[in-house]
Amino acid sequence: MATVEVSFTPLPAHVRTARLVATAVARRSGVDESLLDEVRLAVGEACSRAVEAHRRHCPTEPVRIEMTDLGERFEVVVRDSVPSAQATPATANGHGQASHGNAGHGNAGHGQAGPGQDNFGLDGHADDPGAHDDSADGSAADGSALPPGGLPGGFGLAVISGLADDVRITATVSGVSVRMTWPAAVGAQALRAYISCTKSNLSLP
Amino acid sequence: VESLRDAVHGAGGFVDLKLGHYNKDGIEVVDVEGEIDVYTAPRLRELLIDLVNKNNYQLVVNMEKVEFLDSTGLGVLVGGLKRVRAHDGSLDLVCTQERILKIFRITGLTKVFGIHDTVDLAISARKSEK
Repeated sequence: MATVEVSFTPLPAHVRTARLVATAVARRSGVDESLLDEVRLAVGEACSRAVEAHRRHCPTEPVRIEMTDLGERFEVVVRDSVPSAQATPATANGHGQASHGNAGHGNAGHGQAGPGQDNFGLDGHADDPGAHDDSADGSAADGSALPPGGLPGGFGLAVISGLADDVRITATVSGVSVRMTWPAAVGAQALRAYISCTKSNLSLP
Repeated sequence: VESLRDAVHGAGGFVDLKLGHYNKDGIEVVDVEGEIDVYTAPRLRELLIDLVNKNNYQLVVNMEKVEFLDSTGLGVLVGGLKRVRAHDGSLDLVCTQERILKIFRITGLTKVFGIHDTVDLAISARKSEK
């Protein structure tokens, strides 16, 4: 069972709330302060992607987030409810392919990507917020390092892959889930953090 | 306490993004303060489009007070850059915050934008290129 679950109507204004809650739960779960910015950004990217997908396909369905303290890891799963007609299950090593079945949706690749890994070729989500920007308005790039047509689709997922310690994206007939984890402190350190956060009167053994 | 403050702040109706702009030495400087995300980025996009439509093609976006930037915000900045370049203009950034710079590095956009430590340095760098 997740430590905290949140569902929200797919409105951009709520994405901020979602990422702040995720940051708060991560802190309570013992995620190091230096990683909290990464949690905040990655969860925000995943929620932005899900919100855009819902607004196009199922605007009345809520976006769901599960945040779980796994002891040595802190896990966040962001689920959308956009059906995938051509879902391909992930393979055992965490590398696989996910795709929306709807026209205009590309593949959502994933893996345990490091910051240096190029993920732009992995996906082409038209749902990605970066793909909606006016940067794709066709105004001419001048041969510089700008990607053709502005930011590529799936840009948000690429950012996530550069931030989260472990990212898995899977698609099923019920929707796409983005699962991300980060290391969390265990034992006394986590307990102290918990006590300081809750100001409870727990006594150490 | 910090986490509670985060949660409460996120749930509230606080002003997420403040925008301002002024002209200095013929270059339009855009001050951005707060969070640029999927909710607030459209306002920045509208401002950049408005400035370009009013024939401002030399832009400096001051991001020193930006607390959060996601891919939507990056998209708006790239969009702004493409618009000014269509008029042979420029869009430079001012940013020294590691948390923000990291996002530009991860995405490779440090090669696309001129990123400077201060507004004055951004302006002088732009002037020296002319």
